[in-house]
Amino acid sequence: MYEWLLIALMALVTYLPRYLPMGLAGKVVLPPLLVRALDFVPIAVLTAIIAQVAMVHDGQLDFSLGNFHALAALAAFIAAVLTRQLFVTIAVGLVCFGLLRAGFGA
Amino acid sequence: MQQKRKLMLLGALETLPLVIAAFPFGIVFGAMAQTNGLSFAVTAGMSAIVFAGSSQFIALTLLASAAALPVIVMTVFIVNLRQMLYSANLMHHVEHWSQRWRAVLAFWLTDETFAAVTDRLNRHPGEPGLRWFYLGSALFMYGFWQISSVLGYLLGEQVPGLAHWGLDVAMVVAFVGIVVPALKVRADWGCAVTAFGCALFSYDWPYQSGLLFSAVLGIGVGLLLGRHREAGYV
Repeated sequence: MYEWLLIALMALVTYLPRYLPMGLAGKVVLPPLLVRALDFVPIAVLTAIIAQVAMVHDGQLDFSLGNFHALAALAAFIAAVLTRQLFVTIAVGLVCFGLLRAGFGA
Repeated sequence: MQQKRKLMLLGALETLPLVIAAFPFGIVFGAMAQTNGLSFAVTAGMSAIVFAGSSQFIALTLLASAAALPVIVMTVFIVNLRQMLYSANLMHHVEHWSQRWRAVLAFWLTDETFAAVTDRLNRHPGEPGLRWFYLGSALFMYGFWQISSVLGYLLGEQVPGLAHWGLDVAMVVAFVGIVVPALKVRADWGCAVTAFGCALFSYDWPYQSGLLFSAVLGIGVGLLLGRHREAGYV
């Protein structure tokens, strides 16, 4: 019973932040500064996620050459700058990761 | 009708690398829930009703440490502020959606679907049918999250070393492919570099608060450096 109450409350505090801004769209006028700030959300949040998933392993920052996630991300970054194609970028990153794993993997 | 189906398929396809990256986490969630003594119904129910990876892991961890209910709920709320930023970012694009569509699609707003939808908006600004693309991405992600967490529960302790395959690299390279083309002016680059550096500095902050902090700082630098991008505004 306790667990279902927990799930219900979790669902509430998960759903409301997801829904409220969308639900209010068109009904509230946001200050221009906020609108400009929100424009940066995808770049800011996704880049922060990239940084942590690529550079942190087992709870530690990993700047070594053995960090294949980071090397794959770097390869993907170069591919993205050159081509701007999503699937090319993903393919380059994954192939690079696979090769590193196959060549130097533990 | 055909156009809608095509858009849904496109949405699912673009989310595929992210689904692959999330799959092991679903397995680990299910296995952890089983090990922690949660019932099958509660585990599957949490994935189906809450549907938020990080929040579900945090709830498990806090449950195991016998944290009080308000603490768990409050923590989950804070973790979800990131999704609130996503939702706010999309406001401009959902204005003409009916409330029913918004209410349904908001339920599936995850990192993965937001990233896919962002990329769609960036590459095809102003094109109609965004909600079908969103729906395709969302259903795909949702379906596989259910499958993976149930599978993890059933496998329990015999979970294969899937978490160590490094499949989350798919998420990293996909996000790179989504973010880089969105970097158009100096302010965008300033925002990205700041968020990146700050996320490295704050990686060990509790409950992913470092992500939120880095994002806010990145946004601040972006604002300081320049006018907003035109692209998101079509």
